Amino acid sequence: MGWFIVKRLTSLIPILFGISLITFILLHLTPGDPAIAYLRASHIPPTDEAVAALRVELGLDKPLYAQYVEWLGKAVQLDLGMSYLSKKSVWDEIMLHFFPTVQLTFASCILIVVISLPIGMISAIFKGKLVDQLSRIIAFVSVSMPAFWFGFLLIYFLSVKLDLFPVLGRGTFAHLVLPSLTLSFAYIGTYTRLLRASMLENLNEPFVMYARARGLRGRLIVSRHVLKKSLLPVLTGLGMSFGNMLSGVVIVETVFAWPGMGQLFVTSILNRDYPMIQGCLLFMGVIFVVCNLLVDIAYSFLDPRIRWEGEK
Amino acid sequence: MKNVKRKLLSHKLMMISSMIIFIMTLLALFPPFLAPNDPNLIDITHKLQGSSSKFPLGTDHLGRCILSRLIYGTRTSLGTAFLVMGLTMMISIPLGIYAGFRGGWVDYLFMRMCDILMAFPSLLLSLALIGILGPGLGNLILAMVLVHWVFYARVIRGMVLSVKEQNFILAAKVCGTPRLVIVIKHILPAIISQVVVLVFMDIGGVVLAISSFSFLGFGIQPPGAEWGMMINDSKPFFRNAPSLMLYPGMMILIVVVAFNLFGEALRDALDLRRE
Repeated sequence: MGWFIVKRLTSLIPILFGISLITFILLHLTPGDPAIAYLRASHIPPTDEAVAALRVELGLDKPLYAQYVEWLGKAVQLDLGMSYLSKKSVWDEIMLHFFPTVQLTFASCILIVVISLPIGMISAIFKGKLVDQLSRIIAFVSVSMPAFWFGFLLIYFLSVKLDLFPVLGRGTFAHLVLPSLTLSFAYIGTYTRLLRASMLENLNEPFVMYARARGLRGRLIVSRHVLKKSLLPVLTGLGMSFGNMLSGVVIVETVFAWPGMGQLFVTSILNRDYPMIQGCLLFMGVIFVVCNLLVDIAYSFLDPRIRWEGEK
Repeated sequence: MKNVKRKLLSHKLMMISSMIIFIMTLLALFPPFLAPNDPNLIDITHKLQGSSSKFPLGTDHLGRCILSRLIYGTRTSLGTAFLVMGLTMMISIPLGIYAGFRGGWVDYLFMRMCDILMAFPSLLLSLALIGILGPGLGNLILAMVLVHWVFYARVIRGMVLSVKEQNFILAAKVCGTPRLVIVIKHILPAIISQVVVLVFMDIGGVVLAISSFSFLGFGIQPPGAEWGMMINDSKPFFRNAPSLMLYPGMMILIVVVAFNLFGEALRDALDLRRE
């Protein structure tokens, strides 16, 4: 087990390095001078002297590799520079906005599990029946629905018309319901079908026949044997979706004015706040990779075959 | 091929989805003949009206005809989606085939590059690129292509790997067929149906992504019409005029469902399961 984790961790190093390189290069693809962008964002007229002085101050006069090394050294120490817009540390801003996003993503994960588990199970057991057909339609609509539109529909019908939930912002538990429902909707369809397919596959396995031969009740076979094994792909998928959801929040947060990472990212793009764009991208990239790593490790705990293959 | 055709025709959902796609294509190709009004004509005196004979679906906050904007939006949404897909394929197919066929260090380098590019959530990377290039339809297309090609190139590489060891390729090699000819005459025909299925299964997702970017304000700029942007425009008014956001959303939903159904039916008809 330890060996597997060490191996996965070492494979992370070049990827993290690559992420940092891409994030850094991206900023240098910027059309125009970052120094001018900085001055514009600070409402200072970009005269030649001001630009030259700032280039020295921001280290833009050094060769590119030196800039990269310096930037990386600072990034490792969590110093991602200053936001052009708010003049605060990028890291502090990210930390301020990260928690609401994590909260939203966790709530969505819970919703996905609570909703898709029973639907997926029922549609596997009643394969081809009306319930299954219905769940198929719901799944199809859910993956084809634009998240922002679904969010507006929820706001219109549940908040404006029925006045059940607050419209915008973050605060009470009720504020969390609509955004997390919007974020989870697309995944609910996917996981319902995934669980159904995985259960159908396992229902034909010899161990089910053996359990039947032992005289176990159908319900017990499904809940204790089939479901347990069928949950594996769902759990792995969910772990991977967690990273994806962290990026999907960009849209949901915009719709519901949720003060998270997505909002921060969009605002920084609209204002061309380059250090913030860079910082957010680097941060989310690292989080995404770490999520996938945790999924891999969790998977190897749950399914020893993976571990053995890794050790071979 | 005949078998495939029969399977497609017998598929009810397939028929419906291809009809929807056909109608949408017509809307996208001939908006000037089909739209009742000028989509960009601003007339404040007619703002936020309900449906009438002149404006079948009513008007928006600037008095523009919603139906006409929806029809012109079809062109933007579908046109952009196909352009993005086409450009992506123009990069992915040659690169995927090259990496898969060549193997060795080229393939190794290619896979490591994929690992790094795929380490970012694709939506965020596209957004960051747009942030750096600046908003606009051209930059949106560029950003999406730059981010998405890597996924397809990797899948195509996998397809090539599974084909390349087969006997007919070995036979061609033994006969001394030049590499380029093997690729064009043997490998490409062997994988092309899978690639087509891939394109149709994902084009709905591209439509969704484009409308999402436009909704965030990074896609087509005013006064152009695009469904995602129309929903964004309707934000301040949708409490009193929900139809403003209802119709464009419905268009997106219908198009994406149609493409997803079509892709699935095509896959079933060609008997392909995605890896």
